[in-house]
Amino acid sequence: MKSLALLAGLWLAFAACAFAAEEAEGFDDPALNERYRALIHEVRCPKCLNESIAESKAPVAAELRREIRRLMGEGASNDEIKAFLSSRYGEFVLYRPPMTAKTFAVWAAPFVLVALGGVVFWRILAARTQQPIDDEPLDEEPTP
Amino acid sequence: MWRYVVPLVLFIGIGALFWRGLDLNPNYVPSALVGKPVPTFSVSSVKDPQATVSTETLVGKVSLVNVWGTWCVECRHEHGFLLELAKAGVPIYGLNVRDDRSAAITWLSTLGDPYVASGFDPDNKAGIEWGVTGAPETFLIGRDGTILHKHISPLTPQVWQRDFLPLLKKHCGPADCPFLSAVGGS
Repeated sequence: MKSLALLAGLWLAFAACAFAAEEAEGFDDPALNERYRALIHEVRCPKCLNESIAESKAPVAAELRREIRRLMGEGASNDEIKAFLSSRYGEFVLYRPPMTAKTFAVWAAPFVLVALGGVVFWRILAARTQQPIDDEPLDEEPTP
Repeated sequence: MWRYVVPLVLFIGIGALFWRGLDLNPNYVPSALVGKPVPTFSVSSVKDPQATVSTETLVGKVSLVNVWGTWCVECRHEHGFLLELAKAGVPIYGLNVRDDRSAAITWLSTLGDPYVASGFDPDNKAGIEWGVTGAPETFLIGRDGTILHKHISPLTPQVWQRDFLPLLKKHCGPADCPFLSAVGGS
């Protein structure tokens, strides 16, 4: 029980660390603030890979958050902000890159794989149902 | 037959991808700016707050733009080589980011100053226009103001030979790079 409490404490401590980076920043307007929170979770930090700029403590993440707040303050839309970021840091920073000829494979792959799996599944099922039914008799019920 | 061939081909294909992945550098982020014109920026000079370093400063000649800061340990490593290049006549412009002006001036006076001029950008605002993530980063700028190459991490003689010289040889017009023979590109 004690160790469980310790684990929970540690987990809370780490969780607090993870969110501390951007806790104090944001907008007073709740709608704008929510949009800001969602947006910074969709931008990958270009320095510290596999962290969003919301989670990262790298200086560049703080600077990009600052730029996003500035652009949002000037009334920029999400698309405009994403264009701003990707023209400087590449589409790499967008966790959801736009569908283009270059990224089409990434977008299409899950659907192709599901379709492929469906075909294989259907063919196995079809092969099974065509098998002749076993002629061997079932075990006879034990007679009392 | 197919039930053996298909998994085998899949295995070999995925295996080849993973094998290739072992050699890839996960920290390599291709620059979005290579092939594009120098971004619009304007900052004051480190040594002279009245002077500006801007887009116009860089157009019309072949030059290097080197991102540095006194907090950057690797910048110290490449500093000697930058001094060598400057001595050979390569115009190097600095972009000093996330730094303190007096610390930057001390750095240049103690270690030597390889820069024609250094822009002073304490909050990395101009740096973001350049797609800067950290330091050191070095850009090669063509005569027409196009970014020809970006190198992240210290600039070494090896990197210079491998990445910068071939581009210089390709892009330098007859009178564009008088330093070329002095830096190994006879």
